[in-house]
Amino acid sequence: MSDITKQSLTELVENIKNKKLSSTDVTKAFIDRSEKSMELNAYITNDFTSALDKAKKFDQKPNLDLKLPGIPMAVKDLFCTKNIKTTAGSKILNNFVPTYESTVTENIWNEGAILLGKLNCDEFAMGSSNETSFFGNVQSPIDKNLVPGGSSGGSASAVAGQLTPVTIGTDTGGSIRQPASFTGIVGLKPTYGSCSRYGIVAFASSLDQAGPMAQNVKDCALLHEVISSYDPKDSTSIDFKRNHYSKELTNNIKGKKIGIPKEYRVDGMPKEIEDLWQKGIQYIKDCGAQIIDISLPNTSYALPTYYIVAPAEASSNLARYDGVKYGFRAKGENLIDMYEKTRSEGFGAEVQRRIMIGTYVLSSGYYDAYYLKAQKVRKLIKNDFDDAYKNVDAILTPSTPSSAFKIGEKTNDPVSMYLNDIFTVPVNLAGLPGISIPAGHDSKGYPLGLQIIGKAFDEQNILNIAYAMEEKINFKNKITDWWIK
Amino acid sequence: MSKKNLEYLINRKDNQYEVVIGLEVHAQVLSESKLFSSSATKFGAEPNTQVSLVDAAFPGMLPVINEFCVKQAIKTGIGLNAKINKRSVFDRKNYFYADLPQGYQISQFKDPIVGEGKVILDMPSGQKEVGIERLHLEQDAGKSIHDLDPQNTFVDLNRSGVALMEIVSKPDLRSPDEVNAYIKKLRSIMRYLGTCDGNMQEGSLRADVNVSVRLKGSKEFGIRCEIKNVNSIKFMQMAIEYEANRQVDLIEEGKIIDQETRLFDTKKNETRSMRSKEDAHDYRYFPDPDLLPLEVSEKFIEELKNDIPELPDDKKKRFIEEFKLSPYEANILVSDIDTAKYFEEVVAKMGKNKDIKLAVNWITGELFAVLNSKGLEISQSPVSAKNFAILINLIKNGTISGKIAKTVFELMIDGDKDPQKIVEEKGLKQQSDPKALEALIDKIINDNREKAIEYKQGKEKLFGFFVGQAMKASGGKANPQLINEILKKKL
Repeated sequence: MSDITKQSLTELVENIKNKKLSSTDVTKAFIDRSEKSMELNAYITNDFTSALDKAKKFDQKPNLDLKLPGIPMAVKDLFCTKNIKTTAGSKILNNFVPTYESTVTENIWNEGAILLGKLNCDEFAMGSSNETSFFGNVQSPIDKNLVPGGSSGGSASAVAGQLTPVTIGTDTGGSIRQPASFTGIVGLKPTYGSCSRYGIVAFASSLDQAGPMAQNVKDCALLHEVISSYDPKDSTSIDFKRNHYSKELTNNIKGKKIGIPKEYRVDGMPKEIEDLWQKGIQYIKDCGAQIIDISLPNTSYALPTYYIVAPAEASSNLARYDGVKYGFRAKGENLIDMYEKTRSEGFGAEVQRRIMIGTYVLSSGYYDAYYLKAQKVRKLIKNDFDDAYKNVDAILTPSTPSSAFKIGEKTNDPVSMYLNDIFTVPVNLAGLPGISIPAGHDSKGYPLGLQIIGKAFDEQNILNIAYAMEEKINFKNKITDWWIK
Repeated sequence: MSKKNLEYLINRKDNQYEVVIGLEVHAQVLSESKLFSSSATKFGAEPNTQVSLVDAAFPGMLPVINEFCVKQAIKTGIGLNAKINKRSVFDRKNYFYADLPQGYQISQFKDPIVGEGKVILDMPSGQKEVGIERLHLEQDAGKSIHDLDPQNTFVDLNRSGVALMEIVSKPDLRSPDEVNAYIKKLRSIMRYLGTCDGNMQEGSLRADVNVSVRLKGSKEFGIRCEIKNVNSIKFMQMAIEYEANRQVDLIEEGKIIDQETRLFDTKKNETRSMRSKEDAHDYRYFPDPDLLPLEVSEKFIEELKNDIPELPDDKKKRFIEEFKLSPYEANILVSDIDTAKYFEEVVAKMGKNKDIKLAVNWITGELFAVLNSKGLEISQSPVSAKNFAILINLIKNGTISGKIAKTVFELMIDGDKDPQKIVEEKGLKQQSDPKALEALIDKIINDNREKAIEYKQGKEKLFGFFVGQAMKASGGKANPQLINEILKKKL
């Protein structure tokens, strides 16, 4: 089977369970393709040798009752992995090897998956193009010199480029959904509290969520089922009844009410995005669901609110990287000098910008005007969704206001870069689940995504809607393997 | 003594100044593990042996509240007659220091777990009420050690993350003596509750002292200075004394007091400026997003209330009523929970025909003296309450005299011996047989005929001589009361 890497997760699991493929076959195939794909720069660290060992070991005594039996998988380098370097895309953690495992990755290995390596991402997940990584930008498999999106850019590139069957990313303001949209794959940001944050390098604690990224909705549902768990080690983890998302997946969404928020029709949005949205609305109708126009009046405040809340939390979360205990340390004349040099040399420009913004908005005298006000607006944004969900079961929007852009195109314009997250950040602020599915191509042939936003803990419903739409859309990702010589 | 004479005032020329003091006491929660991690909290462990990944702030590590510490804080709040807040919030206090691994301390800023309360102090001039502003839970930092190496600072994170209760008083204290009484009262309450061991030498109890002065009679507060981290009552008192006088001198010289944070130099006995208001840290407090607001139910609080033991104020009241003790005696016995326990055990073991006054005198007299000289706590008393009670009963029922009892007590100390056995083995039992004593006295009178005649002629002082002779002849064991009676009859 030469096209192992083209198979979906569901197919691979089936083939391993039916003994048509061994874990070693599958692992080898993805390692081979990963090794041929270094130009994408999707990996920060690979663990291929030990992955192959683990695969062989699995095949000697295969446990086929597991959900991910012997499936190789690379993960975003924001998840702490025991004895494997974990950098968060930053120089300041360039030499950091955790002695512990994040709960989410632990869940994956417990179901039989095997770590391939750690995937590139924006530094501390701060970015929308994977250009802020200390380990260099990531190439999109869609086209040369195209950004894969961010911050889970390495993850998106690796799934779209078939270097890993599926992966996990993290999403603080759109970091799973936006790169999924840019690379033509499926990405789910679960309800806040669904996946444990234990062992994930923190960016903004009240917004961060881990989630699955996959080639299709079913794979996404299966991986979500594995990673979502109640974890007492994370005080914000929520103990609710979790579904067997993949088993309960259905394309029957007849009678569901889907809201279309008028505020997402933003100024300057390209016509092809509007067209895509209309297409999506038609698909929804074709599936027998009902379209209802709704209003989320505070939507326009979401982005400024996000860019106060997230940097505020980040400025405090990143205080621990001070050169004292672990990670990079610059030589200094004294403690303060060491701090200053370590943090100046260890953090990149975007991280420093956000630390400064965050420090500013929390400062005495500015706290009320910025942070406190942002918290109040955040509540209003959440109320908007609560009101809307009195009448609808889910909400359909575009995932991003445009398709992927060229590397370097927006690096000098942070605000234009931040605008990429305009449709995704309200979901994080409200703590809701959101999924991006590929829905079409723009005139350049680049993928475009649609986002389905659900009620809290209602992942099953948005997965079902996505599943039903996926069938109608019948999206084919145009991967030319341009990077393989 | 009139109340006025007990006021603590600072006099300068024609002016009298009153000192206003408020304390922020940091009390370490008595708990096996830390506030947000399961690391141990044992004092004196090897450096960095009680540190978890959470305490050292490794990437991705998250705090999880220790329910036991929450209970301890609520119990303390109940002991301080304070309002328990059903909803409280943990905030991050952000600052950089080498022994603060997270780069922030998790504390409670706007919404503490315990609100306003009060404690009663027994001062020589009467009772004084001191208001409690709040009590909140927070993490302790680690320890920087600067003197082990000329070039480097070492950091010990054993303390990092240990639970502290910060107890903030209202500015109700007016003298070093009141500060002494306040700290002792807080400590006493917390030791009764088992929420803090109050050990100042080990740093379990330390305080920031806010001091200001004002002209006597003035209603306005003066500008205050905060003296950081003072770890003994004596130093607190010395620091206040120095600081109040420094401030008065400034005012008298027409100078302005800077609102600042100061340090107390225990070697030079003076306070020194640490940082001015302008240099004060901006801690950028905000609610910790890793933790949900802490919510406790009425039931949770009620259950803890049912768990509260009798506290010093109530115990004192009961001792006065039940045992007819003076307030002074009751105070001494209740101020330390172990003393009160010892006393109550002695009372119980003495049985029906007990002499409580005698027991109190012996505890506060002989027992305290022994403990003092040996540097022991009453919980380590070499004489058990049981044997102590037997000794008191032996005195009470006339088996031994008070004087012999002291000898017996000396012998009991070595190995907590049964006083009954000592009395029997050493033949120390009091002679109370009237016939034997009469014979003994007859002999003494016979041997001292002349003195007996002098006595009869009016030299009454000689009565003592005969008592002495009789005691001597009995080897000190004669019942002195009987000796008196028989002598009076015979002479």
